[in-house]
Amino acid sequence: MITSDTRRGILRDALGIGIATGAYALSFGAISVTAGLSIAQTCALSVLMFTGASQFAFVTVIASGGSPWAGVATATLLGTRNALYGLRLAALLEVSGFRRAAAAQFVIDETTAMAIAPDVPEQSRLAFWATGLSIFSLWNLGTLIGALATHALPDPTVLGFDAAPPAAFLALLAPRLRAREPVAIALAAALIALVLLPFVPAGVPLLVVAVLVVLYGVRPQPGSPRNR
Amino acid sequence: MISWGGMTWLALVVAAAICYSIKLAGLSLPERWLEDPRLQRTVPLLPVALLAALIATQTFSTGGHLVLDVRAAALAVAAVAVLLRAPFLVVVAAAAATAALLRLI
Repeated sequence: MITSDTRRGILRDALGIGIATGAYALSFGAISVTAGLSIAQTCALSVLMFTGASQFAFVTVIASGGSPWAGVATATLLGTRNALYGLRLAALLEVSGFRRAAAAQFVIDETTAMAIAPDVPEQSRLAFWATGLSIFSLWNLGTLIGALATHALPDPTVLGFDAAPPAAFLALLAPRLRAREPVAIALAAALIALVLLPFVPAGVPLLVVAVLVVLYGVRPQPGSPRNR
Repeated sequence: MISWGGMTWLALVVAAAICYSIKLAGLSLPERWLEDPRLQRTVPLLPVALLAALIATQTFSTGGHLVLDVRAAALAVAAVAVLLRAPFLVVVAAAAATAALLRLI
């Protein structure tokens, strides 16, 4: 049972997150078009991929001279966390068939955070769908507006959006740095990528870093087998 | 700037299809497949390492060479904005504006 107050609160939060994400999509549209993608490609990424970090990575890896397949690999690796979100959501949402296929596209950081917050499954489902629809609509609208506005400029680099991808990645990284281990991993990854960069094709440092962090993650853990 | 031909469209569609499959797999696969502690531990570390490597390479390189230019200043401004808990758009816009202004000087 959801009271009308609870329902209103969930819908208001969903809209708020949608608006914030839509504003962030403006910068994706601007960065993507400045990097050289067409408006259609930029919008296709937001509709079809719909997971921010992977979209930014795909665009910047290719724009900085990496092969399209290095872009695919990086976007994929950044998207793997969504599988764990899906795992947590599966029990809450209880969806199957067409609804599951639709729900899957909405499985991202924000919808997961909103859906696992309430203690009541019915509220979780409302939060998931309301947040998903709100973000999907406004993320795509923001992307389109950002792309159109940037495309209209004679030289989009005049606004500096070609220098902005690191800021976008930093804003995505910061919330994940709340413990000592991720900070150490981030610093090591940055250093290793820079050391490798002059010697290997563009995009390859990212893949090496990914392999190393996987090896680190799956290493035998003496003592605490269920350490998360 | 590179040319964005059919290869980019193909890569875009493939990447989007894989990203969607990952999401769908999370909703569909038996829970125990994804419950392995090593998997649970490793997957959240991937974005940390990749985002950090992306920040470093996108800030300090051009075409396979290490360089130091206005992007370093843009990143520093972004870091301050992040520490001040600025919204995402403000972080990105502040970095872009920093680079644009420094280029005018």
